[in-house]
Amino acid sequence: MADIALKINGRQVTVPEGYTILEAAETVGIEIPRLCYLKDVHKFGSCRVCNVEVKGAKALQPACMVAAANGMEVFTNSPRARRARKVMVELLLSDHNCDCLHCERSLRCELQELARQVGVTEARFEGEQNFGGIDVSESITRDMTKCVLCRRCVSACGNIQEVGILSASNRGFTTEISPAAGLPIGSTNCTFCGQCTVVCPVGALKETSHRERVWKALANPDKYVVVQPAPAVRSSIGECFGMEPGEAFTGKLAAALRRLGFDKVFDTNWAADLTIMEEGTEFLTRVREHLTGGKSVLPMMTSCSPGWIKYIENHYPDELDHLSTCKSPHMMFGAVIKSYYAKKISKKPEDMFVVSIMPCTAKKTEIARHEMKNDGYPNVDAVLTVRELADMIRDAGIDFTALPDEQFDDPLGLSTGAADIFGITGGVMGAALRTVYEIITGRELPFPNLHVSPIVGLDRIKEAFIKLDNVRPEWAAAEGLEIRVAVTSGLAGAKQLMEQIKAGTSAYHFIEVMGCPGGCITGGGQPRSKDVTETRKLRMKALYKEDEGKKLRKSHENPDIIAFYKEWGEINGHASHEYLHTHYVPRGIYNELTDETFTVRR
Amino acid sequence: MSETRQECRFCAGGCGEQAKYAELDTVIESYKDREGCLIMVLHAAQEIFGYLPIELQTYIADKLMIPLSEVYGVVSFYSFFSMKECGKHTLRVCLGTACYVRGGMRLIEHIKEKLNVEVGGTTADKTFTFEVARCIGACGLAPAIMIDDEVYKHVTPKYLDEILAGY
Amino acid sequence: MVKKISSLADLELIAKEYGERMSAYEHQILVCAGAGCISCGCGAVRDTVRSTLSELGLDNKAIVKETGCMGTCAVGPVMLLLPERIFYVGLTPENIPSLLKAHFVDGKVVEERTFFDPIQKKYIPGMDDIPFYKEQVRIVLRNCGIVEYGQIESYIADGGGYRAAHKALTSMTPGEVVGEVKASGLRGRGGGGFPTGQKWEAGLNAAGDRKYLVCNADEGDPGAFMDRSVIEGDPHNVIEGMIIGGYAIGATRGFVYIRAEYPIAVERLSAAIAEARDYGLLGDNLFGTDFSFDLEIRIGAGAFVCGEETALMASIEGQRGEPRQKPPFPFQAGLFGKPTIINNVETYANIPSIIDGGAAKFASIGTEKAKGTKVFALAGNIITSGIVEVPIGTKMEDIIYKIGGGILNGKKFKAAQVGGPSGGCITSDNVDVPMDYETLIARSAMMGSGGLIVMDEDTCMVDTARFFLDFVQDESCGKCTACRLGTKRMLEILQRITRGKGRMDDLDTLMELAETVRDSAMCGLGQTSPNPVLSTLRFFREEYEAHVIDKKCPAGVCVHLLSYSINPEKCKGCSACARACPVEAIVGELKKPYVIDRTICVKCGNCMTVCKFGAIVKE
Repeated sequence: MADIALKINGRQVTVPEGYTILEAAETVGIEIPRLCYLKDVHKFGSCRVCNVEVKGAKALQPACMVAAANGMEVFTNSPRARRARKVMVELLLSDHNCDCLHCERSLRCELQELARQVGVTEARFEGEQNFGGIDVSESITRDMTKCVLCRRCVSACGNIQEVGILSASNRGFTTEISPAAGLPIGSTNCTFCGQCTVVCPVGALKETSHRERVWKALANPDKYVVVQPAPAVRSSIGECFGMEPGEAFTGKLAAALRRLGFDKVFDTNWAADLTIMEEGTEFLTRVREHLTGGKSVLPMMTSCSPGWIKYIENHYPDELDHLSTCKSPHMMFGAVIKSYYAKKISKKPEDMFVVSIMPCTAKKTEIARHEMKNDGYPNVDAVLTVRELADMIRDAGIDFTALPDEQFDDPLGLSTGAADIFGITGGVMGAALRTVYEIITGRELPFPNLHVSPIVGLDRIKEAFIKLDNVRPEWAAAEGLEIRVAVTSGLAGAKQLMEQIKAGTSAYHFIEVMGCPGGCITGGGQPRSKDVTETRKLRMKALYKEDEGKKLRKSHENPDIIAFYKEWGEINGHASHEYLHTHYVPRGIYNELTDETFTVRR
Repeated sequence: MSETRQECRFCAGGCGEQAKYAELDTVIESYKDREGCLIMVLHAAQEIFGYLPIELQTYIADKLMIPLSEVYGVVSFYSFFSMKECGKHTLRVCLGTACYVRGGMRLIEHIKEKLNVEVGGTTADKTFTFEVARCIGACGLAPAIMIDDEVYKHVTPKYLDEILAGY
Repeated sequence: MVKKISSLADLELIAKEYGERMSAYEHQILVCAGAGCISCGCGAVRDTVRSTLSELGLDNKAIVKETGCMGTCAVGPVMLLLPERIFYVGLTPENIPSLLKAHFVDGKVVEERTFFDPIQKKYIPGMDDIPFYKEQVRIVLRNCGIVEYGQIESYIADGGGYRAAHKALTSMTPGEVVGEVKASGLRGRGGGGFPTGQKWEAGLNAAGDRKYLVCNADEGDPGAFMDRSVIEGDPHNVIEGMIIGGYAIGATRGFVYIRAEYPIAVERLSAAIAEARDYGLLGDNLFGTDFSFDLEIRIGAGAFVCGEETALMASIEGQRGEPRQKPPFPFQAGLFGKPTIINNVETYANIPSIIDGGAAKFASIGTEKAKGTKVFALAGNIITSGIVEVPIGTKMEDIIYKIGGGILNGKKFKAAQVGGPSGGCITSDNVDVPMDYETLIARSAMMGSGGLIVMDEDTCMVDTARFFLDFVQDESCGKCTACRLGTKRMLEILQRITRGKGRMDDLDTLMELAETVRDSAMCGLGQTSPNPVLSTLRFFREEYEAHVIDKKCPAGVCVHLLSYSINPEKCKGCSACARACPVEAIVGELKKPYVIDRTICVKCGNCMTVCKFGAIVKE
C-alpha cells in the first residue's frame, strides 16, 4: 500500500494508507485526547473529543474516524480545536454524575483524566441531567448516572460478542444505553460475560462487588476462608500495580492472598487438572459409545465458561446435551473443598467459605445458580474479579510489587502446565488432548513442545485433526479414527459453531468454547487496557511461559490429583457425579422457560 | 423458538389476537427477503395492533432474528411508534395556571373516577387516552379541555359528563 | 392488464387517445387536491362540483379533474376552469351550486369568488393575470395543478411525460445523461446545493455490482411542504426523474424515503409506482432496452434527522436514524454498504425537463453559479402563503411583495427565516438579497430545502431562536455530544433568557456553545443547528440585551417578561376586565379605575381583549 504524507502540527508525517489521523499522530508521539474511541473495539466518532482542525475543512474532523490523506494539514492544538475539545468535555460533565469521590473509577476514570487533561476547572454548563437508574445483577452493576453514551459497551455486546443485550434507546437528550425496554439486565439473556465492563471508560458498567462479602468472611473467626485464583489471574494481576503486561506473577499472587488473611491459599489450577480428568474421561466415554454404535451426543462441548453456558441455555436450549456435564474448575474446587477437604480438616461445610479470584464476571452469576450447591451449601461463596482483588490488596496496604514469591498451599495447590493454559483460547482443548491422546495411544501428544499448533492463536475459529493409530488394545475400536476438534473464543464464534450443530452439519467430535474473545486472559473481570489486542497477546505469552516452565505438563501426571482420586473414588464415578458434574437449564432466548433471574433486589 | 410457545405467550386466556398475529405474519413473510425491513414491519404491526407493546416487539424480534434491544432501540427512537395503547380520542385537561385555579384539578379527579383511568392511561373501552396539557392558550375559557382538536370551555363536572356522552 | 409501453409510439398513442377523450368536453374543471386544499375540504367541493354539474345537465360538457397543489394554499379550496383559465378560490360545498350555475348557465364570471390581489386591491379572475402566478417560473411544478396525479395518461398527455426517460434510455449513454445534467448546472435542491451532475458522475464511476438510487422525501422542516406538493401533485415526474437517474449511475433499484406524516403522498406515489409498473415503465427492460429499474417506498417514522442522508440510509436499513461520519460518502459506501446516490424530490423533478428540453434551455434560467428555479414554501406573516417557484437569484423582496402580496395586516417586515430550523434570518436591510446558495450563506442564512418564513415587527427574535432550537434539540438523534448536549444547554440558556432569568454571561456562553456545536457536530443538521442562534445574536443582539438587562421583551411576546396594567386615565371602571380575568387578579369598584394584581396575573391577555377603552397596557 502506498504511503500517505501529511502534516500534523507542522510536522511532516508519513504513514501507510488507511491510517486515521489519530493513528498517524500516534506515530509521531502525539496522543490526541479521545473518549469514545477504543482501539479494535469501538470506532464511532460520537464523543467529538478527538476533533481536530484540518486545513480546508469547514468543520472540525474526528481524528479517530477520518483517514489521513496526502497533503492534509492537521492542527490538533489550534485554538479552535482546543476550545471545542474542552467544551465537549464540559458538556459531557454537565450530564454526568460528578460525585467522583464516591465512584470506584475515581483516579482511573477516562472522563476524569480527560477533564484534568483539557483543563476543566469549573462547571459552566449546568442544566437538566438525563440520569437513568442503578441496576444491579449478580454479575454486573449498571450505574446509569455515570454513562457518557460512548457506546463502547454496545459495540462489545453487539458487534464483538453478537449478543446485543445493550443498545441505545430513546433519542436526543433522553438517549440511554440499556437492555430492551429498560429491563433489569439480570432478567435478560445477558450472558454476564462482562466485556462491557472492561471497555466502559467511566463508572457506568462494572462488576457487582463482592469485596465486602469477602472482607466480612475474613473477619469472621467462625469461617475457614479458602481462596483459589483462576489460571488467567496470574497473567494480568501485575498490570493493576503498574507492571507491563506479559509476565505472570504467580508467586506474588500467592503471597498477596496469604497476606490478605485467607486461611488457605489454593489454586484453581489444581481443579483445572481435575477437570481434565473428569472431562477427558467423559469425552472418551462418549467417543467409545459413538464408536460402538451407542447414542452418545457429539460433538461434546466444554463447559468451563459460565458466560458461554448462559448463552447456549438462552439461544440453543435444545442443544444442551452437547455440553460436558463437568462443572467449571472453580466450582469443582469449591465442591471438593466443602466436602473432601472440609472432612480432612474436620470442618463442617457451613464453616467453609470459598472465594474464587476470577478473570470473569459471569462466575458471579454462576455461583448463584441453583445447581451449584451440594449438601445444601453453595460450592463457592464469593467471586472477586482481578480488578477487585487488586483493590483489596491496595486496601490492605500490601505493596504487591515488593512481595516475595511464595507457593500455594498443599494439597490443592499443585498443578501441571496443562492447567495454566486453561486461561487461553485453545488451552482447555490442548490440555485435554495431552491426556486423552496418551490414554488412547499410550504415547505423548505428537506436537512440538506439546502445543497443538493449529488451535494456538487468536483466530475466531480454529480446528485440528488428530489421527489415532497404533492405539492401545482396549481402544482398538478407535484405530484410525481422526479426532476432529474445534476451538472458538467469543460468543460470535460460538454462534457460528452452534448454527452448524443446529443444522446437523457439525463435523467435530469435541469443541472448546470460551465466552470471551481470546479466552480468560481477556475475560470480563480482567484489568482494562487501551490496546486489547496487544494485551491479549502478551497475557497469552505469559501463560504459555508458565506452562513451559513446569516440570509436569499433563494433568494426569499431577501427583496430587492421583492421590486425590485414591480417596475420592473413580473418575466420573459416583462422588464425581454428585459433586463435580451438573446439569443445565433450558432458558429460551428471553429466559422465558425458567423463572430464575439474576437481578439483585435491593 | 417454537410456534406454539409464542402463541401461548401472547394469547394467554384465549384472547382474540390470533388473527392479528396471522396478519402480521403475512406482512413479515412478504418482507422477509428484503433488506432492512424492520421499520416497515413495525409500521404494519402498529397498523394492525394500534401500538407496539414490548410483547409484540419481542415477537417481531424473534421472527426477524434481530436482538430485542435493537428492535426496542428503533421503536423508542422514532416518535411515530407508540408503545402505549392509545384510545380513539385524546382527552386533554388543561392545567395551565388559569385552568388550574378555575378547577382543572377537579376535572382531572372527575375523569379519573368516571372513566376509571389514570393520567397517561387509556380507558378500558379504548375510547379515550387521558392526558394533562400545559397551557393550551385558552385561559379566557378556563377551565378548558381538549378532545382531539376540539376545545371545550368553562367545563364543569356536569358539563364534562355531557361532553363525554357525545363520544 | 394494460399494454406495456415499449416505444415512443406507445407513448404518443396514449397521449392521443387521452387527448381525444378530453376534447369531447367543452370545459375542464381542475379541482386542487393539494394537502392544503384537502384539509380545507376540497373532497366535498369536488363532489359538489360533480353533483351540481349533473343537476345542471352539464355532465357531457365539463369534466372534473383532480390535480395537485396549485400553490395558493391560503385561499383554498381552489379550482381552475379550462379553457378560459378562470381561477376560483375559497370554495365550499355551499357556494359551488350558485357559482357553477352563474358561470356555466348564466355565462358570468363570479368575481367575488376569484382571487383578490391585495396590492392592486381588486379581484383578478384570470389565473395568468394574478401576480402570484405571473411572477413564477415553473419547471418543477409545471404539471402541479395541471395533470391528474392519479392518471398516468394525463401525465403522458398533458405533461409530455416519460418522453425524457425514453430519450435517455434509447438514445443516450449513461455518460451522456450525466454530461447533460452536468451541463444544465443543476444543483441539489435539498439544502447543500451540491452539483447534481457531479454527484451522478461519482455514482456512475463508483465500482460495484450493485448500486442504489435514493429519493429523499423526508421533508421535515416546519412550514415546508414543497416536496410533498410535488409528490402529491405530479408523482410520475419524480418517478421519471429517478428512472433517468438510475440509468445514469447504473442502479437497478431505487428507494423513495417518505415521512410517515405524509400519508397522502405515500398513497399517491404508491399508486403511481404501481401504475408505472403496470405500463412497463418500471421493472425489467424498460423501453425494450437492457436497463431494468424498480422503486420501493420506505416510510419514515417521525424523526427529523432522517432528512440527513446518512441517517436516512440507516433508517432505510431498518436502524435508528442516526447519522454517521462522512467520508465515506454515500457514493462510496452508502445504503447496505453499496454505492448510493441520494437526491431530494425537487432535484429529481427537474431531471425530465432537463433531458427533454436540453441542458442549455435549463441553464438559461438562474444565476451564473446556480441554474434553474427553486421552489419555496412561503409562510408566516405573509398575505398569500403557499408554494412558489422562481428562478434562482430572484430577490427575496420580489417573492415577499410581488408574489406573496406583502406582510399581513399592514405590519412592517422584520426578518425572514430562510432554510428552516438550520437556516438563518434575513433582516430588512437585506431583504433585497438574491435567493441563491452563495449569497444566502454570505448573509448568514442558507437556501436549505426552501422554507421561507416571513416575520413581522411583532416577532420576538429571541423567542424565534428559542422556538427553532427547541425543535432541533427535540429532534437531535443523540449520537454525538455536540448536538445532544450542546443544543440542550443552548436551549436552556434561551429559555432562561426568555423567562427573564438571563445573565449577562449567558450571551457569551451561548455564542461559545453555538460556535462549538457548529464546529464539532457529526452531521450537517447538528452543525447547522446553532444557525438561528448565531444569526439572531448577530443581527438582533440588542433584543437579547433587552431581555437580559432590562428584563423586557420589546416585541411583547415573551410572556414572563410582560406585565399588564390598567391606565387609570382611560379606565372607565366598567368591570369587563375583572369579569374576564380567569384568576381574579383585577379588582376595583365600579366607575372607578380598576387595578391588576401582578402577583396573581397569569398574563393571558383576556382583559386586553375585552377592554373597549384601550385602558389595558401591555409592556
